[in-house]
Amino acid sequence: MIRYPVIKNCAYCLAHTPDLVRYGSKPRREIAKDPGIEVKMDSLLRNYSEAVCYPPNQTFLGNLSPDELATLPRPWYMNPLASDSDALQKRGLFGEILDQKTFYALLLLADVLSPPLFHMQEGVREKLQRRVAEHHLLKNIPSSNQREVSGMARSESLLPPGLPLRNGEAEYGYFLGDLREEARGDSNLQGPELLENICTKASAALALQWLLHREGIEPGQIDFLISCGEEACGDRYQRGGGGMAKAIGEMCGCLNAAGMDIKNFCAAPVSALVTAGSLVQSGVFKRVAVVGGGSLAKLGMKSQAFLQNNMVILDDTLASMAFLVSEDDQKSPIIRLEQGAVGTVPIGAGSAEEEVFRHYLLKPLENLGLQFRDIDKFAPELQNPEIMEFAGSGDVAMKNYRKIAAMAVRAGQMDKSEMGTWINKIGMPGFAPTQGHIPSAVPYIGHAMEAMKKGEIKRVMFLARASLFLNRCTNLLDGVSFIMERNPALSGK
Amino acid sequence: MLEGKKIMVFGERDDISGKAVCTCLEAAGAEIVYEATACFV
Repeated sequence: MIRYPVIKNCAYCLAHTPDLVRYGSKPRREIAKDPGIEVKMDSLLRNYSEAVCYPPNQTFLGNLSPDELATLPRPWYMNPLASDSDALQKRGLFGEILDQKTFYALLLLADVLSPPLFHMQEGVREKLQRRVAEHHLLKNIPSSNQREVSGMARSESLLPPGLPLRNGEAEYGYFLGDLREEARGDSNLQGPELLENICTKASAALALQWLLHREGIEPGQIDFLISCGEEACGDRYQRGGGGMAKAIGEMCGCLNAAGMDIKNFCAAPVSALVTAGSLVQSGVFKRVAVVGGGSLAKLGMKSQAFLQNNMVILDDTLASMAFLVSEDDQKSPIIRLEQGAVGTVPIGAGSAEEEVFRHYLLKPLENLGLQFRDIDKFAPELQNPEIMEFAGSGDVAMKNYRKIAAMAVRAGQMDKSEMGTWINKIGMPGFAPTQGHIPSAVPYIGHAMEAMKKGEIKRVMFLARASLFLNRCTNLLDGVSFIMERNPALSGK
Repeated sequence: MLEGKKIMVFGERDDISGKAVCTCLEAAGAEIVYEATACFV
């Protein structure tokens, strides 16, 4: 009998960072062309309470189920959850939404460089350190860098200009980048690039802290870490070289863990979970944590549409997640990993839509002797539609559901007239921030685990897509899928 | 139907891919002079 690995636990976190939106790729480019945009952008940023009350954020944290979200009136940003609602919490079942000040404190903890990446105004560092001390999980993270850049260093004309760090009206200081001689002229080590990397590290560390807390284990009990973020750490000689997994693990005290990064654009989390499961099933490691930090580059990615419509900027939140994959505990959901169970798209399949779906959707089902109707829920790209629709990109989750249903029709397993009803049954609204790899199928794992615990569903298929063509080295796109099932040991319970 | 027409195609990864549009247009006799598929996520 095959012993499958299980997804033992998960964590999902958000960091509301309105004053970092200006450092997202799109806003940064637009502000450089027209500085007036920054002023308008400032006037359209949400406050923390609005971000907390936003229904998709509460769904990401686990306080609302996707089915409950689907019943709420839209647009969600104009129909926030009432502040006295039971569902409205800064902490959720799976994690929490940090305010900006606490996230800045976390960024300071993530900085290991000497001289440090941050130059804080007098008193700010102490204020942020107090914020860390008050937080039930962050207080466990040791401070790695207490040194300040001297006031002289800031006035040195040869130094690169820092990125101002603000918290609303308050000036906190600057993010400087690598000030050392060896970094001079290296475009990978300047403020914007290193801020992106440090945001990934810090937000992923928050999710990993939550994972350890939820599972009730010590950091030393993790054997291996896989990071699946979209950042590209490294200097001019090895841009994208990696090392993020161990950087995150080091910050969280996972001293017994080795680690590596997996890159596959948005599909990296699913690729990482399949790899983690394989490492556990083969007996190489017992406990593998998959972590994904947030994407600074994608803050404000759709902001142009919000600016044009004079509406609040909704892509103002970094998201992160962590999963624990371990040996079968006879309780947690299993990952089907026998031969043919994992959906992949071979190079020879090309990038034609139907071929891609045939390989990563239809083939695994056929290989396992399953029909489309044997899957209770499908989790494709789960981008919050509200953000996408204003930008003219439409409801990405729904587009994928239509293709999944069309493949069921093509396979002769469904009549075309049944597609709409079936999609309502197996689908869900997107609820994840537009953070690239974060929305790609896996935000539903937590909700699926809860639904499986209650016996509401038995089997879920996670389908992630990757735009490989963005690397300018190929015209291919990719798809990776896996099936998660209620643990067979629970059958009848 | 589209014989003699030169067409530029812009597709989207999560919607209709450029390649799918090209296949349809070529079947109708069009000449595709440029094709690109974008990722908006």
